[in-house]
Amino acid sequence: MSLVLPRSSTVAHPPSLHPAYTSTVLRAPREPLVLVPHTLTELTGPVYGQGKVRDSDADLTTQHAGEPQGERIIVTGRVLDEDGRPVPNALVELWQANAAGRYVHVRDQHPAPLDPNFTGAGRYLTGTDGRYRFTTVRPGAYPWRNHHNAWRPAHIHFSVFGPSFLSRLVTQMYFPGDPLFPFDPIFNSIPDEAARNRLVARFDLAVTQPEWALGYQFDIVLRGREATPTEEPHEH
Amino acid sequence: MSTETAEARPDGLSPSQTVGPFFHYGLTPGAAYGHVPVSVDGQVAAPGTPSEPIVLTGRVVDGAGDPVPDAMLEIWQADSDGRYAHPDDGRPRASNSFTGFGRSDTTAEGVYRFTTIKPGRVPGPGGREQAPHVLVAVFGRGMLKQLFTRIYFDDEASNAEDPILALVPAGRRPTLIARRDGDTFTLDIRLQGGDETVFFDV
Repeated sequence: MSLVLPRSSTVAHPPSLHPAYTSTVLRAPREPLVLVPHTLTELTGPVYGQGKVRDSDADLTTQHAGEPQGERIIVTGRVLDEDGRPVPNALVELWQANAAGRYVHVRDQHPAPLDPNFTGAGRYLTGTDGRYRFTTVRPGAYPWRNHHNAWRPAHIHFSVFGPSFLSRLVTQMYFPGDPLFPFDPIFNSIPDEAARNRLVARFDLAVTQPEWALGYQFDIVLRGREATPTEEPHEH
Repeated sequence: MSTETAEARPDGLSPSQTVGPFFHYGLTPGAAYGHVPVSVDGQVAAPGTPSEPIVLTGRVVDGAGDPVPDAMLEIWQADSDGRYAHPDDGRPRASNSFTGFGRSDTTAEGVYRFTTIKPGRVPGPGGREQAPHVLVAVFGRGMLKQLFTRIYFDDEASNAEDPILALVPAGRRPTLIARRDGDTFTLDIRLQGGDETVFFDV
């Protein structure tokens, strides 16, 4: 069986041009995209091995001499294909602000404190069950200059590789109940409400560790399905 | 029943979101964040990889013609025999050291750069061979999802019979063809406006 990548499912993505997010205005193409068939080039993609990832890359609270400030959390979930099959050996990379809403990045000048015990970058290679698991701290909201009094909801950036180059996904994970959702043009660039909500993690008491850390579940669904599904196709 | 065994078909894909302005320490740390391990960089081919070493470079510019200093390019390509380091390309390869994948951020001047090898021709639709090419995904602040394009090479006669280039209006094909100068191939990526790069619906 080989991989197929239906185009219809990409309707979940935001458009390139979303004027409320002002930086898209000069960076979205104006010419129509040119439709091309999927060749061996598109249907293959990078393959990772364990050598690229260390166990310590998954715990963002132990990468420095001391412990970072903030609310310790566990973020776990599965990387899945469109049929719900786990994607093994998927490289998951994440980066985030610290608990005060400050990125370690040199270009972030938001006047909130840096944390000498927190960088905010991690990576994980999924196992055969497609599962990843990070320990980190909950990132803070932070201001940006898109419009007056603009604040991003707390989020964690995720970068994920799947079975083909077209499965590649960069997205953001949000936290349930964030009061900033209605005001965020990046979150609201996703046209469909149900699709937006797929980027909101679910609090999970079963993942939560007593006296230690709150737990969140966040599954990630990538493009791609087997050419011959073993189940009946979904009726839409 | 635990959630681990509750298998259900997902309702749809996870939607894309921008990499934002602060991806560098997570994805392309380089020297500025030397304590962060690097998973991928712009060195696609190790020195000594069989075939012709090349540099692939250019600028990313926006609709005003200004350089984009916070973009990121990822490339995927075959080896010099036109074979992909992937299980779905079952043909034997001369070397297992070439992964075919690289990642480069852009400088303050909007410049990306890869050190790689010239790819060979690869199979295409209907049994027609494709001309040597590199698949490119462009990410950036202000880009809600990646844009896909290709880089072809101006010294390849086979461009004339490439089945993908044939689908691009002739007047726009030059936006996909890098120009050779020594071992360096240069191609600018114009996100919008005059001479806008061709991006593909894949």
